[in-house]
Amino acid sequence: MDVIIENLPLYWEGFLRTLFLSVVSGIFALILGTLLAAARVSPVAALRGFSTVYVEVLRNTPLTIAFFFAAVVLPRIGVKFEQFEIAAIIALSTYTAAFIAEAVRSGVNSVPVGQAEAARSIGMKFGQVLSLIILPQALRTVIPPLINILIALVKNSSVAGAFFVLELFGYGRQLANANGDAVITVLLGTAFFYLLLTVPLGILANTVERKVAIAR
Amino acid sequence: MTTHVPGDALVSLNAVNKHYGQLHVLKDINLQVRKGEVVVVIGPSGSGKSTLCRAINRLETIEGGTISIDGKVLPEEGKELAQLRADVGMVFQSFNLFAHKTILENVTLGPIKVKGVSKGAAEKDAMALLERVGVGHQAPKLPAQLSGGQQQRVAIARALAMKPKVMLFDEPTSALDPEMINEVLDVMVQLAKEGMTMIVVTHEMGFARKAADRVVFMADGQIVEDATPEEFFTNPKSDRAKDFLSKLLTH
Repeated sequence: MDVIIENLPLYWEGFLRTLFLSVVSGIFALILGTLLAAARVSPVAALRGFSTVYVEVLRNTPLTIAFFFAAVVLPRIGVKFEQFEIAAIIALSTYTAAFIAEAVRSGVNSVPVGQAEAARSIGMKFGQVLSLIILPQALRTVIPPLINILIALVKNSSVAGAFFVLELFGYGRQLANANGDAVITVLLGTAFFYLLLTVPLGILANTVERKVAIAR
Repeated sequence: MTTHVPGDALVSLNAVNKHYGQLHVLKDINLQVRKGEVVVVIGPSGSGKSTLCRAINRLETIEGGTISIDGKVLPEEGKELAQLRADVGMVFQSFNLFAHKTILENVTLGPIKVKGVSKGAAEKDAMALLERVGVGHQAPKLPAQLSGGQQQRVAIARALAMKPKVMLFDEPTSALDPEMINEVLDVMVQLAKEGMTMIVVTHEMGFARKAADRVVFMADGQIVEDATPEEFFTNPKSDRAKDFLSKLLTH
């Protein structure tokens, strides 16, 4: 226990870094994922094709590969950044966006097709149909799976620790190396701080699921 | 019988063809509907009458031929199509009211978002329309809180709010309980009397007799007969129509 208490500031620092990585990547992933889902259901074949390929490639390859691309390949082709955090955010948000796109797409498909037909019939354009009629209804079914994806994002952010980004897991590893006699305690402490982020998200998912059930 | 003075063709279908895979659902359809005309399309299920109705505002694409509305050929997807659809009111079998919007919002959404009408003016208009179809007091409710008949009348009000040139009805009473059918038909008869151009796919022969200028009988993807209601119901020419009518009358 002493190890944890003595190193609370370090844990706290790691916790904040993880929170920062997750929130920023989460926001980018939500935006990119929604755009990809919109492209996936759009009447333009090229957009549909791009979105499908993107989602299939990112969803079916390990996150570490996304990190390698962001941290190693991007700088080689001229995209330079000062901190590895940026690479981590790029990797995490592009990777998570693929899952979000799938969740939003399934939410869009859960809205009866008649809703879109009625909206088109009164002269709405594709963007209006999507933003005014489909997405607001899809959101209700999409929020629980979205929160699950965000929980996975929080945990996935630990991969950044392996790419020289100091976050919760990175600090945890440092502490474990420095305290060879208390590795288990150190890791339990690390796990506790992850739970501090993910458990509230899970509770939120359950509450939202109960609240937003829509009457048809 | 209503006494309209029909003008030029408002809706015009020329040699329209469509397949669903192997099935030839629309075979060389030619149909002209003049301004102010009420055309009722009847026929056995699977005859292509719903597809015909949905093709007129391009909810179904066609493979051959042309469909034009007020002289303009239906465009492909995009802005022009959206503009044209705004002029064509559509009423669906399953109502399709926007489930997350109130009754009032269902009616005002089109005028506000598509036509750029101010919120106040759109609401005033919408309330007048809702009163006209008899559901004014339901304005703040959500669609799921209304009966089927009420929902369908709201759907008619929603379409009318766009001030369409023509109204399409795709089996508007088929999903309704019997006691609610009349409240919807009454609204439609009233609309016909006021001179609205209407294309109505229905099984309600009473409506066809009362309000139609023409009855179009479809079978197997073709227009088999096109006559006045009186002519069609008393003296059908084709065997197909005679057969269809005899099955209706025996019940």
